[in-house]
Amino acid sequence: MPELMQFLMSGVTVGAVYALVALGFTIIYNASDVVNFAQGEFVMLGGMMTVFGYAAGLPLPVAALVAILATAAIGVALNKLAIEPARGAPVVSLIIITIGASIFIRGVSQVVFGKQLHRFPAFSGDAPIPVLGATILPQSLWVIAGALAIFVGLWLFFTRTLTGRAVLATANNRMAAQLVGINTRYVMSLSFALSAAIGALAGVLVTPITLVSYDIGISLALKGFAAAMLGGMGNPKGALAGGLLLGLMEALTAGYISSQYKDAAAFVVILGVLFFMPQGLFGTKTTERV
Amino acid sequence: MRLSTKAVTLLVLSLVIAVAPLFFPSTFYYRVGSLIFINGLAVTGLVILIGYAGQISLGHAGFFGIGAYACALAPAHLGLHPVLAAVLGAVLSGVVAYVVGKPILRLKGYYLAVASLGFGVLVAMVLANEAWLTGGPDGIAVADPGLRALLRGFGVDLSNAQFWYGFCGLVLVLGAWLALNLYHSPTGRALRALHGSEVAARTVGVDVARYKLNAFVISAVYASVAGSLLALQNRLVTPDMAGFMHSIEMVTMTVLGGAASVPGAILGAAILTALPQVLTVFQEYEQLMLGLVMMLVMIFMRQGLLPSLARLLRGRGG
Amino acid sequence: MSLLRVEGLGIDFGGLRAVHDVGFSVGPGEIVSVIGPNGAGKTTLFNMISGLYLPGRGRVSLDGADVTGMEPHLLAARGLSRTFQNLQIFQAMSVLENVAAGHHLHEKGSVIADMLSLPSSRRRSRQTRDSAHTLLERVGLARAAEHKAGSLSYGALKRLEIARALALKPRVLLLDEPAAGCNAVETEEIDRLVAEVAAGGVAVLLVEHDMRMVMRISSHIVVLDHGEKIAEGEPASIARNPRVIEAYLGAQAGEANDAVG
Repeated sequence: MPELMQFLMSGVTVGAVYALVALGFTIIYNASDVVNFAQGEFVMLGGMMTVFGYAAGLPLPVAALVAILATAAIGVALNKLAIEPARGAPVVSLIIITIGASIFIRGVSQVVFGKQLHRFPAFSGDAPIPVLGATILPQSLWVIAGALAIFVGLWLFFTRTLTGRAVLATANNRMAAQLVGINTRYVMSLSFALSAAIGALAGVLVTPITLVSYDIGISLALKGFAAAMLGGMGNPKGALAGGLLLGLMEALTAGYISSQYKDAAAFVVILGVLFFMPQGLFGTKTTERV
Repeated sequence: MRLSTKAVTLLVLSLVIAVAPLFFPSTFYYRVGSLIFINGLAVTGLVILIGYAGQISLGHAGFFGIGAYACALAPAHLGLHPVLAAVLGAVLSGVVAYVVGKPILRLKGYYLAVASLGFGVLVAMVLANEAWLTGGPDGIAVADPGLRALLRGFGVDLSNAQFWYGFCGLVLVLGAWLALNLYHSPTGRALRALHGSEVAARTVGVDVARYKLNAFVISAVYASVAGSLLALQNRLVTPDMAGFMHSIEMVTMTVLGGAASVPGAILGAAILTALPQVLTVFQEYEQLMLGLVMMLVMIFMRQGLLPSLARLLRGRGG
Repeated sequence: MSLLRVEGLGIDFGGLRAVHDVGFSVGPGEIVSVIGPNGAGKTTLFNMISGLYLPGRGRVSLDGADVTGMEPHLLAARGLSRTFQNLQIFQAMSVLENVAAGHHLHEKGSVIADMLSLPSSRRRSRQTRDSAHTLLERVGLARAAEHKAGSLSYGALKRLEIARALALKPRVLLLDEPAAGCNAVETEEIDRLVAEVAAGGVAVLLVEHDMRMVMRISSHIVVLDHGEKIAEGEPASIARNPRVIEAYLGAQAGEANDAVG
């Protein structure tokens, strides 16, 4: 029983990270109909840049903030330089562009940051807290709390603020949004910046637990995508549910089946969703009009 | 006598393969050459899937891996001759492609991409984890297929590098011939039709699901044979032959030169294979360069290098 | 004796009743036109008959056999062919190849034979090319045979789709707005072509907005409004039908009368 509790704890923690990556996918997908395979790199950059900022002498919160802002800027650059010029390209091209971007960012990180694993201290220490027969790291609580805060904050942003609603409008129908005076270019940049910042924040929160190296981005991207699909592509509620579910499934697979194949859980989920529930948990079915 | 593009392509390809060795300063170039031919073979298969039929697969390295490991495992465990093992690998890949393809080809776009990606990653995972069978992450050795010895019996004595250069070149020309034949054939038209408009293709009687599956299986067999050639040549197989990065490289090569064009894809394979070899000094920058190339080509030369160059030479309006 | 019979056909999209209880039949050599205001459900009707949508209610019969909800490629094998309102051209293929693709059911064979370029495969391709050339001549596009399909004008593409649909050697032909966006000359050519096709024994079902064309060539007319059939009959009676005039013809009633005249 305490074993199960432990798996559930780690599942929820890693699930919170997946949920944030999935949320990033969702925001960009809603804004531009593009699946951004470079999403995982934002998480890596957030953690990595904080490590180096902190090592350079900046106080941890400042280093984190700088990292998040810098990653947001990189997100905007990605949109402006790689995705907008390819507007209207076939899906194959867009896939190659965003995968290319992810490989490029990874390649640059390899040169700049090296290949080793890095970390910075946890926010409130490393002493495990006993909960319901298992233990949880204080940092895990930060991760979960941070994820929830972001989801709630974004929900408020999208439903209560004018800018947020403009983003939703653009996601729904770009042309119509333009016609009512919304600056869709700005909305696109904002969506990418937001998405990158969320990813970076996830990286900042989770690095004290999982450490960061230049190549963690890819598997995060794939799992985040699996989570987004599980929840229903384009639905933020789905991103949260999908992320947590995927994290739990992974932890349970690692615990009860095989830790070597825990990564396979994400792909089994993807394939399962695609065949039995392509619209995901919260998505809606669409028909093609001829 | 006007030569068709098919004839020109095959002629140029054969000529280049036959004549290039005259310029080789060292045996190293034979190895690069045969690597180009192996990659070229794999991407020729992808041209059929991506270029003709308009589908996508980010997991085809999985079939490459199956073909490669078949040559390592079948001789050791089943006593098969390595060349027969390659045939077994091709058959196995075809069957797996059929079984996996049937459900996943119902998907489109990003969903198909990720489903195929999942397949490839699962294959690589199994190859890496089941060390008792596959030797784990370090891979296993492959027995000598004894083909060079066979040739020596006929009085032809080639070095290892020379033999594989020629053999792979031959297989590539054969593979290219088959793919080019397909383009202008009824099957090729059906594939290209479903690429152009699935709805209209159905309406003229094309069983879209069946033809997509055909393209998937054929391209899987191409990848498998390429994997077998690499295994027999290098005498070593490792799990990253089936890995995600390899799948991405394969797709990039295909699209780089022009996805619907066999010569274009082979050109793409040549460039992306030769580049890391040329830039060995910049090993660190390999990933960075690959990513950059991928983005730049897709943004500025959407049709791929060959068609874009062709248009440039013909002048706008061609 | 009808080749195509539709009975009680209906479909809902969410809460919207797009088509409800529509029935009619088309015999060999007949040209039946379906008319109605935009949004009346004409293309939806076509999509149900041609297997693109699964009907919620009703029956579609082809030559007596129930083919309701049958997949498009199976319907094609039974001799049903169609064109599209919004054009579904194979953009990257040449004009000739587009029509050649329409020959699929007549030319398909073994994949192996095609890859090896065996004589049987080359023979099939040659026969297809010849037939495709003939069809292009019939629709007046022979000179554009080697051009990329995407480079043709809208009117020419409409004719290309008809040629492709004819390649099937259909028994039933569905034409979705074949004259839309065409000038008077092009419309007349299509007019002539459709009459020719019907004269060959094909059952033709037509959706069209060009009232003059409809009144001129139709054996009889089915009128849809808001997804329901509000009238059916010969062109003359339709032109005078008050419900039809009210729902659709309106100001064009005079035009229709002149055409029937």
